[in-house]
Parts: sequence; C-alpha cells; structure tokens
Amino acid sequence: MSEKVLMKGNEAIAEAAIRANCKHFFGYPITPQNELPAYMARKLPKIDGGVFLQAESEVAAINMVYGAAGAGARVMTSSSSPGISLKAEGISYIAGAELPAVIVNIVRGGPGLGGIQPAQSDYFQATKGMAHGDFKLVVLAPSSVQEAVDLTMEAFDIADRYRNPVMVIGDGIIGQMMEPVEFKDIGADDLPEKDWITDGAKGREKNVINSLHLQPEDLEEHNWKLDRKYKEIKKNEVKYETENMEDAEIAIVAYGTTARIAKTAIKEARAEGIKVGLIRPITLFPFPEEVINQAADQVDSFLTVEMSTGQMVEDVRLAVNGKKPVEFYGRTGGMIPSPAEIVEQLKEVRG
Amino acid sequence: MEQIAGRPNALTDKEFHYCPGCTHGIVHRLVAEVIDELGVQEEAIGVAPVGCAVLAYEYFDVDMHEAAHGRAPAVATGVKRVHPDKVVFTYQGDGDFASIGTAESVHAASRGEEITAIFINNAIYGMTGGQMAPTTLEGQKTTTSPYGRDVDHAGHPIKMSEMLATLEGAAYVARVSVDSPKNIKKAKKAIKKAFEVQLAGEGFALVEVLSTCPTNWGLSPLEAIDWLQENMLPYYPLGEIKSKEEDK
Repeated sequence: MSEKVLMKGNEAIAEAAIRANCKHFFGYPITPQNELPAYMARKLPKIDGGVFLQAESEVAAINMVYGAAGAGARVMTSSSSPGISLKAEGISYIAGAELPAVIVNIVRGGPGLGGIQPAQSDYFQATKGMAHGDFKLVVLAPSSVQEAVDLTMEAFDIADRYRNPVMVIGDGIIGQMMEPVEFKDIGADDLPEKDWITDGAKGREKNVINSLHLQPEDLEEHNWKLDRKYKEIKKNEVKYETENMEDAEIAIVAYGTTARIAKTAIKEARAEGIKVGLIRPITLFPFPEEVINQAADQVDSFLTVEMSTGQMVEDVRLAVNGKKPVEFYGRTGGMIPSPAEIVEQLKEVRG
Repeated sequence: MEQIAGRPNALTDKEFHYCPGCTHGIVHRLVAEVIDELGVQEEAIGVAPVGCAVLAYEYFDVDMHEAAHGRAPAVATGVKRVHPDKVVFTYQGDGDFASIGTAESVHAASRGEEITAIFINNAIYGMTGGQMAPTTLEGQKTTTSPYGRDVDHAGHPIKMSEMLATLEGAAYVARVSVDSPKNIKKAKKAIKKAFEVQLAGEGFALVEVLSTCPTNWGLSPLEAIDWLQENMLPYYPLGEIKSKEEDK
C-alpha cells in the first residue's frame, strides 16, 4: 500500500492519470484547472515516451486527443466550462469514432464567460447535450480529492473497455482543495486488445479512424450499436453512495462538492430530529435511477441540491417517476450552498 | 509481358468519386507514388479533411484518420506525437487548410510539427457546391460571391504558402500546379521532397497544389486548365518558397 500524500485536486488528478499509464496530454490554459496541465508539463517529459503539448486552442487540443487516441495512446485533456464547449465538436467525433479518451472538466460558473468560481452548471452538457449526434459520455463526479484520483484511474479503464470518451467532472473546489490521497493500483487486467489503432499497416489491412457514414442505413446501424454500448454501460457501471437512508423520510440527492455540504447539513438536521438521508450519484451517466426510484417507495419527499439553477433535478424527477414530490434548492454563478441553508430547505420540505 | 504502368500500391482499388476533369485524382496518385517510392506504405498514417477529399481514407491504402473540418493538422499532431517514427501526412482543401483550420495550419507549421501537408488550392469550395473560398480570386464568381469577389467587402485571397514560409518551424514550402505534364512532374518532385523533409526530421513540410474545379467553375475540363493558367498562376506563383539551401 502506498503512503498518503497531501495534494491539490487538480495535481492529484494529473498524477492519477500518469499512474494509469497516460503518457499523452494536450490542453489549453483556462482557470480554474491550470495546475493540472502545469503538473503534466513538469512530469510527462521526464517519462519515457511522455508528451505534454500546449495546443493553440481547446479546439486543437481535443483534435490532438482524437489523433493520439486513434493512434493507440492513453490520452487526456482537461479544461473548464467555456473550454469544454469549444472541445464539444471534437468530443462528438471521438465518441462517433469510438475512441477511448479522458476529458476533465473543472466546472466554473456560466453561461458565456461566466465566472471562475465553482459550479455544477455543466450537468446538462456533460450528460445530455455535449454536442451533435446520438452519443453519450461516461461521466464520473468525485466529491473528494481521493475519489477524484480513484475515478480518474478508473476512467482510463472504462474508456478502453467501451471505446468511449469518459469525462471526470469536478467543480473548482475539487480542483483547488488539498486533501491527503493515496494512489492505489486499481488498473483492470482484462481490457480488450487495441487492434484497431493507426500505427502503420504493417502486415495487416489498413485501419481507419472515422465517424462518417454517408449511407443512412449504415449510420443508423452505427447509432444503434452505440446505443447498445450505452445500455451495457448502464448495466455495468452505475456508481452511487447512500448515507443515513435506513430510516430516512427525506432523501437529499446531490453530487460532488454539494454532496459533502449536504452531509454536514444532514448531521445538523438529524440533531434537530429531521430524518434525512443522502443519495449521491457518483456516475452522472449512467445515472443511478434505480436506487432513487426504490427510495421513492420509502421516503416522503426528495430534495435535490445543486450548484446550478436546476439540472440534475430533472433526472431525479424522471427516476422518481411521479411517486413522490421532488423539491430543488440551488445556488449558482459560483455561489456555494451552506449547510444552514440546506437545513432550512429540509424544514420547508418537511412542512 | 512487362507491366510498365499501374496503380500505385498506396492506392486502393476503389474508384475515385471525383468529377470529370477534377485534379484531385492526379494529386492522390502523386502522393501514393511518392509513398511507394520511399517505401513507407507500412509506416504511413494519413489524415483526410472535410471537403471533396473527405473520402481520401478510402483511396489511400495506408492507415487513415478522418478529421473534422480544418482540424487535420491537429489530428496529425496527435498521431505523430504518439508515433514519432511514422510518416504522417494531411490532405486538405483550401476551405479546410486556409479558412476554418487556419489556426491549426499556422501552429502545426510554427511548432515545426514533423508532418507533411498536401494543400489543394482550387479557389472554391467544391463539396458544398461552389461557395467563395479564402483563396477565391478577386472578381471570381461563386454562389456566395455572385457579383465576383469584391476585395473591399470580402478581403483578398490568402497566400498560405508565403505566410507559412515566414515561420521558423516550416522547413519546406512549395507551390506547384497540376495543369500540365511538366508541372505534374514538378509537383511530384515537391511532394517527394516534402515527405523526405519529414523523414529527415527537419520540420513542417507543405506543398500547395493549384488545382481545377471544372464543375463549380462552370467550365469544361480543358477550359478549367486554361482558367487556372490565366488566372491562378499570376496570383499564386509556382516554385519552392522555402527550402534548405543544400536541397535547392
């Protein structure tokens, strides 16, 4: 077992990627994720075959990722909200061409240039509307630096296993916060062989990395194939945490930093006699709809808390499917909900 | 009987989809012949553009990537940085290389990215049906410059080769044309050099190829050749714009 080290979230994610044998990183500066590429710039050139390259734009960076992933490398890029919007087109191509790649979004407030403070307002973008076409990203949402490390390492395995881009989504707090972390050896040893890469067609038929299917019959077949893959991911990769749900009458649904704040709020609320528990989605896609739907048979109501004007709450409502009321509390634009605010909301929900 | 002419190994048997009189086919063949002659078919990785040559990945018998519009130099950068010992090339049109992908073209050249870019300049957007390109000449009529390109309104046609030649990382820059057998021979020589420059690890290599688009120019194939010679050659002078002294 390796020892614990104190690290900032952004740097810990970078180190986790390197430990997962990611040797290629392409990025473009944007706050609040700059420590991540800076760490890669220091470390990767010292590793045999390691490449850090600062691209001329986010658009170029994601297309370098597309090239490197097609060429067979474990590859990562990181950015923050406006930069992810610029990468969206390339992410669609990566998903269409079924390439493994890991994209980190350290989310800041939007829309437009927005601000540079923590937010969760890219939930829709990450889970539904990233870019054109029928595709999905696997979206992993850590709520601590340790979890950011573990999920980043796992992200590369998931990407390779399903040949699909994976997003690690954190907010500015996850990126900037320092916590003790441990790098565990959690790599999978049953990943499929990459026999589709472009490394020169020596003694084999040529390989083509492509997302163009001009015949609608072909494209339809391709899209259903992708859909079957997403269904497989839904079956295998759902992750969530529950806390204090045994006797809960209210369930808070929150992810990332907000879930940690909710945990403090739950302690305070329970001290005041409110029976409340937490369901924390760790995978935003696939969304843990089953556990939420089952909880709807137990609790009286749900409170979704987000650092947005209400995005994940739509998925919570779909999962609850009308069984119980789903309330929402959000702060946005870089404002962070306090435990006291959440307790107030719980009192209102309880009535 | 001895075969004295044939299809290059680096081309598949797939029939080109190009219009009659279009010169893409000639340039495809030249690139494939060079790949054959340098013996790098098993080392080559190509990147196809968005534009008329979007299906180039079906024609070149080497590993290929299809890139988003304009992004081929970035995609090629990703490939080359993973496989620095392989031969990586892009094949792009003027909309791709000189308009939507200008930043990628400039910065790949500026970094001295060891890739070879084949840049087809036919002064028009072909695949989308004849719109104004960044390389459309002054006064040239297209569907989006129906009264002729007005430089006061739409700016001047861009000379990518001259511009990129100013960059330190660009090791080899040449403009050629495929309007005559003589010029086709010269074009092949330049394309070969552009691959050799990459093999020697000297930096970014670019060959701009003046080409015809009879369909969207509204001319017969022969008239299109005349139009290229009369209108494009004076504005886009041929020759090696940048080359190491000893190679000249």
